[in-house]
Amino acid sequence: MELEHSTSQIPGPEQSSGEMDLSRRRFMQAAAAAGGGLVLSFSVPWAVGRVAATGAEDFAPNAFIRIGSDGQIVLVMPYVEMGQGTYTSIPMLIAEELEVDLEQVRLEHAPPDAKLYGNPLLGGLQATGGSTAIRAAWKPMREAGATARTMLVAAAAMRWNVDPSTCHAERGAVLHPPTRRRVDYGRLATEAAHMPVPENVTLKRPEDFRLIGTPAKRLDTPAKVDGTAIYGIDARPRGVKIATLAQSPVFGGRVKSVDDAAARAVKGVRQIVRLDDAVAVVADHMGAARKGLDALIIEWDDGPHAKLNTDDIITELEKATLASGPVAQNIGDCDKALASAASRIQATYQVPFLAHATMEPMNCTVHVREEGCEIWVGTQVIGRAQEAAAKTTGLPADQVVVHNHLLGGGFGRRLEIDGIVRAVQIAEQVEGPVKVVWTREEDIQHDMYRPYFFDRLSAGLDAQGMPVAWSHRFAGSSIIARFLPVAFNNGLDPDSTEGAINLVYALPNLHVEYLRVEPAGIPTAFWRSVGPSHNVFVTESFIDELAAAARQDPVAYRRALLDKSPRARAVLELAAKTAGWGKPLPERVGRGVSLQSVFGTYMAQVAEVAVSKDGAVRVRRVVCAVDCGTVVNPDTVDAQVQGAIVFGITAALYDQITLKKGRVQQGNFDTYQMLRMNEAPDIEVHIVQSSEPPGGMGEPGTSAIIPAVANAVFAATGIRLRQLPINPDALKRATYSGGITNSKSEGNL
Amino acid sequence: MAFTIKINGSEHSIDADGDTPLLWVLRDILEMTGTKFGCGMGLCGACTVHVDGIATRSCITSIDSIAGAEITTIEAIGATATGAGIQKAWLDREVVQCGYCQSGQIMSAAALLASNPHPTDSDIDEAMSGNICRCGTYGRVRAAIKQAAQSK
Repeated sequence: MELEHSTSQIPGPEQSSGEMDLSRRRFMQAAAAAGGGLVLSFSVPWAVGRVAATGAEDFAPNAFIRIGSDGQIVLVMPYVEMGQGTYTSIPMLIAEELEVDLEQVRLEHAPPDAKLYGNPLLGGLQATGGSTAIRAAWKPMREAGATARTMLVAAAAMRWNVDPSTCHAERGAVLHPPTRRRVDYGRLATEAAHMPVPENVTLKRPEDFRLIGTPAKRLDTPAKVDGTAIYGIDARPRGVKIATLAQSPVFGGRVKSVDDAAARAVKGVRQIVRLDDAVAVVADHMGAARKGLDALIIEWDDGPHAKLNTDDIITELEKATLASGPVAQNIGDCDKALASAASRIQATYQVPFLAHATMEPMNCTVHVREEGCEIWVGTQVIGRAQEAAAKTTGLPADQVVVHNHLLGGGFGRRLEIDGIVRAVQIAEQVEGPVKVVWTREEDIQHDMYRPYFFDRLSAGLDAQGMPVAWSHRFAGSSIIARFLPVAFNNGLDPDSTEGAINLVYALPNLHVEYLRVEPAGIPTAFWRSVGPSHNVFVTESFIDELAAAARQDPVAYRRALLDKSPRARAVLELAAKTAGWGKPLPERVGRGVSLQSVFGTYMAQVAEVAVSKDGAVRVRRVVCAVDCGTVVNPDTVDAQVQGAIVFGITAALYDQITLKKGRVQQGNFDTYQMLRMNEAPDIEVHIVQSSEPPGGMGEPGTSAIIPAVANAVFAATGIRLRQLPINPDALKRATYSGGITNSKSEGNL
Repeated sequence: MAFTIKINGSEHSIDADGDTPLLWVLRDILEMTGTKFGCGMGLCGACTVHVDGIATRSCITSIDSIAGAEITTIEAIGATATGAGIQKAWLDREVVQCGYCQSGQIMSAAALLASNPHPTDSDIDEAMSGNICRCGTYGRVRAAIKQAAQSK
């Protein structure tokens, strides 16, 4: 893997080319040693948009493709790589139509430029999130490739003086079979650049796809197995100092006083930076910075949230659900149907605040100078990073250079720019570049969290036990209202309600209300599977409750409601069949099912769990059936489902962020646990062949597994879990009596 | 005082406090960034290196405790037959997602296979459960270890 820094001829604020050249050589050697023949190139982002300056003979028909006269094919990635495989699947889309092999391309991170690289599914914001990349890129990236290919073919046809329709492109070359002529793209670059850009291009028929739909090797893997991959935390501009920090332990608090005498005495500590609400220790290395941090004596003014406990927030949310709110979806007349139903069921559900806990802790490297600001970071929102640094420093945006990097996990955390602002504030007081690295405790305790939600549901069943009314009201934070206000309308947004509305089931009377409540004293943000991470747990647990009340099998009950949703029915049946649904299981072992259509993808999961006598839940096996429309890289679909399931089980079994006296009580992986190898289930993924447009795949696996596990615990113990994470104490009491009719409940029905 | 430590066959003189964790010497002083920081408490395994062949969390290993020891990092593990086999299996099985924890996963796996060429599932659990992967690549990590063991 090659790291190609600083190829720009644009005078920038950074003049550390000597060191960069060393890095470049090191990584070229690494790439050669890896023997992959395929290299990733990471240019200075601001070089890309004006890259014509680097070679007048380059062919750059659009912002995504650049073919040099030396034959080098560079693809510029509008979406960032954080593990989800987008640096393989986006190149597949372009390469399919450009008619090149993946082995022939190099990749570059896109620079900040929302006009060129904005995400049409996120309001034009240059952002990677919400499982949107493939959905957003599906047509434009193929068109970009087809446009370039059309121009290259036209250039060859003109050179040979033949009809373009007698030529075709193949593996980076144009061929003219009648005369057996062939010319590589590189040798056509100059001429292709002068061809008219076609207004319309014809895309390949799916049956002609060479790459799309075939498992592809990830382009970023070789560098990730030999230590050469560079994440934001690995950036090392010459002379960089390392800083770590303590932010006010209570959100909204301030620094009252700092005694830094002992910290300054630590060998390697260079400077103490004091901000209004944080203190940073700048040192030669992180070891000294941390030792210095431990030696600081900081007195805090805890501010207005000094007495805040999680229970206060829960009470606030619960109260909010007692009044009606904006209607997210209404079908029929729910009240009337409830009144005349043969039986009624009510329940409340709650899901906790959650931290992201990316394996790469928050970090950002910044060099602030009078003439400009340079930033090295891994971010899902490079444009916002640039704007935030400009605002913080008072510099114009074009004097802020942001180098994007591979992300050591995103999950929504790196959609936020708080860490970038913080690093810029510190760097403003430091001579030379400074890398601000958060400790894990700081990362967990100053995250922006998946919101807490409180849900209230009621359903009416007919004499046969089938639902005739479904009413759902819930309260919690709206991330969209803060993050993308233009998408928050009439008190509603498409994320908070996804998975609660447009259910796959045919429900004749349905009423869903969402109340935006923003608890003070704890910031919230997108978290893997966003709205559905909450809603699918609630709706798929509740439908399971209805099946139990009706004394019906959970799969059969769902299937009876799917006459108008063949894709949902197909994944449900496939998952149930391959999981061996209905086959006998030992005592205290149960199967649970979930079904959803979110992120444009249909998915069903069957989880098999064992509940020990002391209440511990072990997920033994998960079977997932997925219809995500046209599949780009099947291997990535499989990997994303597996990973999302582990992520979801972690949340279901272990995690919650709680506040006591305004302070987050969890701090590291001892108090905010992750599922580990010895606890991970066997996971089978079955992909349904489909020619529908692609759906999102980064997140659906997480929302689907959580109710599947809770429903399996019910099947194993008869205990209905309405609150996460799963509380083993509640399961200790369970004495399994078998069957689905036993509906003791845990929590607050 | 200065400490001499031996990393990937080369000796380095390090001028830092004796209680400085090896992780920061590698990353911030020697500029070997392949070894990653995850937790600082030996809880996640991202910082795993070999100390005389034993998988060791470098974030809680002070430099004054490793005098005379042979330290091996991800940058050099491919030079051993076991390490190269693990890396190949990782590529064949497409283990990696974000990749941040994978240096540590590979170092733990390489130490396991070096001492136990044909591990059982429970051997793998025991050796690998100290390495957290937030992307959830555990299934493929297990498959890759088995593949590497088979081809030994």
